[in-house]
Amino acid sequence: MNSEINVRITGEAGQGIVAAGMMLCRMYKDSGRYVFAIQDYMSRIRGGNNFFQVRAAAGPVRAPREKADIIIALDKEAVEANKAAQAPGGLLVLDAEKFGIKGLEKGWLDAPIYALAQEAGGPIYANSVAVGIIAALTCETFEDAGKAVDREFSAKGGELAAKNRQAARIGYDHAAKNLKDCAFRLTGAPHKSDRLLGGNEALALGAISAGCKFYAAYPMSPSTGIMNTVADYASRYGIIVEQAEDEIAAVNMAVGASFSGVRAMTASSGGGFALMCEGLSLAAMTETPLVIAVVMRPGPATGFPTRTAQEDLEFALHAGHGEFARAVYTPGSPEECFLAAKRAFNTAERFQVPALILSDQHLAESLVNMEFPDTSAEPPDRGRIFSPGSGPGPDRYAYSPDGVSARAFPGKPGPLAVADSDEHGPEGHITESAEVRISMTRKRLRLKQAGLAKGTLPPTVVNPGAATMLCGFGSTLGVMRETCAAAKGAGFIHFSQIWPFPAAAALAALKGAGRVLTVENNASGQLARLMLRETGLKPAGSILRYDGRPFTADGVAAALEKGEFS
Amino acid sequence: MKINDFDSADPAAWCPGCGNFGIQAALKTALAKLGKEPRELLLVSGIGQAAKMPHYIKANFFNGLHGRALPAAAAAKIANRELTVIVTTGDGDCYGEGGNHFIHNIRRNVDMTVIVHDNQVYGLTKGQASPTSEPGMKTRIQPGGVILAPFPPLETALALGCGFVARGYAAEREHLSELILAGIRHKGFSLVDVFQPCVSFNKLNTYEWYAKRVYKVGPEHDVSDKAAAMTLAAERERLPIGVIFSKAKPSYEELSGLDAVPPLVDGDIANIDITPALADFR
Repeated sequence: MNSEINVRITGEAGQGIVAAGMMLCRMYKDSGRYVFAIQDYMSRIRGGNNFFQVRAAAGPVRAPREKADIIIALDKEAVEANKAAQAPGGLLVLDAEKFGIKGLEKGWLDAPIYALAQEAGGPIYANSVAVGIIAALTCETFEDAGKAVDREFSAKGGELAAKNRQAARIGYDHAAKNLKDCAFRLTGAPHKSDRLLGGNEALALGAISAGCKFYAAYPMSPSTGIMNTVADYASRYGIIVEQAEDEIAAVNMAVGASFSGVRAMTASSGGGFALMCEGLSLAAMTETPLVIAVVMRPGPATGFPTRTAQEDLEFALHAGHGEFARAVYTPGSPEECFLAAKRAFNTAERFQVPALILSDQHLAESLVNMEFPDTSAEPPDRGRIFSPGSGPGPDRYAYSPDGVSARAFPGKPGPLAVADSDEHGPEGHITESAEVRISMTRKRLRLKQAGLAKGTLPPTVVNPGAATMLCGFGSTLGVMRETCAAAKGAGFIHFSQIWPFPAAAALAALKGAGRVLTVENNASGQLARLMLRETGLKPAGSILRYDGRPFTADGVAAALEKGEFS
Repeated sequence: MKINDFDSADPAAWCPGCGNFGIQAALKTALAKLGKEPRELLLVSGIGQAAKMPHYIKANFFNGLHGRALPAAAAAKIANRELTVIVTTGDGDCYGEGGNHFIHNIRRNVDMTVIVHDNQVYGLTKGQASPTSEPGMKTRIQPGGVILAPFPPLETALALGCGFVARGYAAEREHLSELILAGIRHKGFSLVDVFQPCVSFNKLNTYEWYAKRVYKVGPEHDVSDKAAAMTLAAERERLPIGVIFSKAKPSYEELSGLDAVPPLVDGDIANIDITPALADFR
């Protein structure tokens, strides 16, 4: 019996790789395993090579592994592109006749995937045949695979669902009969972690739950999943989702809607977020609450549209001209994405500042099963809204000890609502006064930053002061957790909110540590630089990955062991 | 409401003799006739001389970024459909920096009135060419004269299906106030392009220059006739002012369903139950 297995289904775009991957995730989840699945795809709609890789285990797993125990290829190119990922002792299942492959290498298994798909109705059923084959190789019965197929195709109508189920059954029966000797058996037991979602979906659900009523964005991978999910629930929750003409419009729309008094957000990836920078600065100047999700992908420029990176940490910390306070959340799991969204709306409104949520493709699109966090946590806090006696005065930008003045909404009782992107006096009109400028800068920058700093989310710390302390933010939470569970003398600190930086908590966790290393999906060690600047502590090195792919548990462990860091 | 109900305490920072004063007076007159209180009005602007207008009229205001008044205004209206939203912008702000938003907000057709102070020159940055400058106009940046073809706002708006297209002249205050009022009453995106002499930087399109060319569109013009509207909008020798085109069409608020529900801003967000949605993620 194996305690875990790593399964990869691969083929070209358009072959239903994602559908097959979703079926595998649900099959394992419902049969008492935990799953962590990554999606690796090219920036194209047809062709190329994509894979969906599901790690299924008897206990919770939150990181990918480098090598796959079973690879099933749906076209010839997939064999070449993925054979190097085959784990020692693993299998690569392929259709030798269909692909014209003569002479199987060690660990390759031939299965007539396309002939079986033809039995079910045609080549489009190859993905479901593949699911059936994998079910036979790794599960005791067909039942959970059948349920997963039904779930995947139930919305698409009876005939399609029935044919896919038949295809999976044919694949299962073939493999159970002919490939029985190669089967991996996987332990597992019933559990309650029956939700299956990724960071984008969790972030969207968090925003809906927080009362976001206006979402404007321009589609950009890998942030579009947030807009898709909000749109799916827009009518149920009374939300307007507006596809803006560009990201500049999107951010200015979010600011305009927020000014009117609704919770509003936008999202993009690096290039689109770059276009939003002036609007970010506008939100700060007008003290209009604004939430922006930045789902990172590798740059510069267009970069790798569908791949992952943590290259925009410093960009997010400094984006927008001028000096102003902001909060930057860096959730490490879908659960943290949900809570970060709720928290970001509260922070944005309590301090009337921009609140950024920094995610990345790996966090956004990797699927994990979980017991969902308490949905009632972090109830909405609208902050200071004008009412008679709410003080500090009726002026929109009245000075106050914490830098926060009461907002009024246009059309609602109270003083007129005003906002000005020029430097302005407390009443909101344009000023050239040096004294006012100094007071307003203090208000927007120092006073608010001090308040924000008091509320920074505490980092997650495991084994503080260990001989090796790993430091990370965002999507590296899972991989650091797993690495430290396996490696002797290793601990980690993970920042779920990177700004205002929790310097005291970081120093406390790192006190007495043998060596401090950052783990970052970028080429320059941006977190290491930030830590040095904010704590005076210089990390001894960084484990960096900047090939557009996520860290893997075995990859980080190997880097630690070999001392491969820069 | 009276005109002085809309007086602002903020003194105007325009040059003496600026065409903006005429537009300000016309806007106040239109607002007095409209009968809504300052609390019900939202003036939105970007950056430029025209964009200072919201400071000089008593109402809610949002003075945002250069070129970005339209998206902010559209979303402010979407968030609270009960507001009367008026954008005051210039030819540089609206047709240059914000050109993409001009195109797509006409398509979006949110109910708001966009008054473009079209002085055919850049004022705040001191005398460069604008998108509507006449070819041949000499500036420090264009010493040999402007060589770019002028942007045609009325024809562009008509081509995009704008439901209300008008042109006014800052010196014809009463006439302009009627155009603005008609624009506000039209449900959907309303464009009022206004010839506005710039006494400091535009030595070509002066009060005298406009006086020789502008004429009021007569009652014989059928404002619902798009082909006739296009013909009027294309005139370059004599310059028609008045309602060029006006025809009802479904607004964003109607098509999106916003009109059928309470304003978004009035929604209760304290008790949102996300668990029914979570059930889909299994």
